[in-house]
Amino acid sequence: MSEQTSINNNLPPGFKGLASDFGSDQTAFKGVNWGKAMMWIFLLSDTFIFSCFLISYMKVRASLVAEWPYPSEIFALEVGGVPVPLLLIAIMTFVLITSSGTMALAVKYGYEKNKKLCGMFLLLTALGGLTFVGMQAFEWSKLIFHEGVRPWGNPFGAAQFGSFFFMITGFHGTHVSIGVIFLFIFSRKAFRGDFDTGKKGFFTSMKSDYVAIEILGLYWHFVDLVWVFIFAFFYLW
Amino acid sequence: MVMAETKKEQQTTTHKIGIYLWIWGLLFVLSFFSYMVDWLQFQGLLRWTLIVTFMLLKAGLIMAIFMHLFWERYALVNALLWPMTAIACFICLMVAEGKYTVFTRLFYFVVGG
Repeated sequence: MSEQTSINNNLPPGFKGLASDFGSDQTAFKGVNWGKAMMWIFLLSDTFIFSCFLISYMKVRASLVAEWPYPSEIFALEVGGVPVPLLLIAIMTFVLITSSGTMALAVKYGYEKNKKLCGMFLLLTALGGLTFVGMQAFEWSKLIFHEGVRPWGNPFGAAQFGSFFFMITGFHGTHVSIGVIFLFIFSRKAFRGDFDTGKKGFFTSMKSDYVAIEILGLYWHFVDLVWVFIFAFFYLW
Repeated sequence: MVMAETKKEQQTTTHKIGIYLWIWGLLFVLSFFSYMVDWLQFQGLLRWTLIVTFMLLKAGLIMAIFMHLFWERYALVNALLWPMTAIACFICLMVAEGKYTVFTRLFYFVVGG
């Protein structure tokens, strides 16, 4: 224990720290919680998957001779008989950013060992994510049942639109859904005080710790991060 | 040892609530701006410059502050950001490739093989 802390306090910062961390044995990221480092590495691999989807979408769209469907009109919502372009997508973006903010506060109150506020903000984050998934389900059903968009064709233009739309937003929606499930579980754990008492988890049987909330937060912010890119490249292009 | 690590985490990752609220507000404003780019129907280079700028600013703020990368160990930051730089290079390659593909398609559709 004392050895660990003395190592943490004597670590060189900056470039020297970078060189000594990578040049050392046993662990590369000195003083970083292992769960956090592993979550970051998982997120990096997830970044590669999302990049593959978005880059192949960009490549196909850029090399098409046929006209790409105009997202501003397809994703418009009628408000009082007037179509407002991208309204649903804008609301979804704001909901996801709101939930990202509540997640950041949950992590903060977690480290301050304030289990009530931490659990409440986790619950708010989960509800925000649930709202987002609900709006995505609405958007999908509108496109599938009312406008006849299919992975192999659609009435608006280039046939590839459907397959890319369903693949990219579907994969992102799956991430959000998984996050919502874990947020509900962690919210219950926080309210019950598992993170204070160090109760063993039902799945990993490791002691609960408030670091877990930051790790879940990393995942949740990543979901928001991916949406930033989808919003820019899929809806605003 | 676990306790020592938690203590260490607390020192490095607890911040005042103000910084989160500020970044939260900034994210809202930037999202609103990128929505306005579509609303005002900016086209061409101006549209792309604005969209990519707002996108990268949002991504940077989320990663640096919300995901605490700014306070993270430099080795971890580098292990994450260099592969992402490689992805950015890949995107540039594929933009060039897409332009070439559409050029050959148009050329052979119009001029013939």
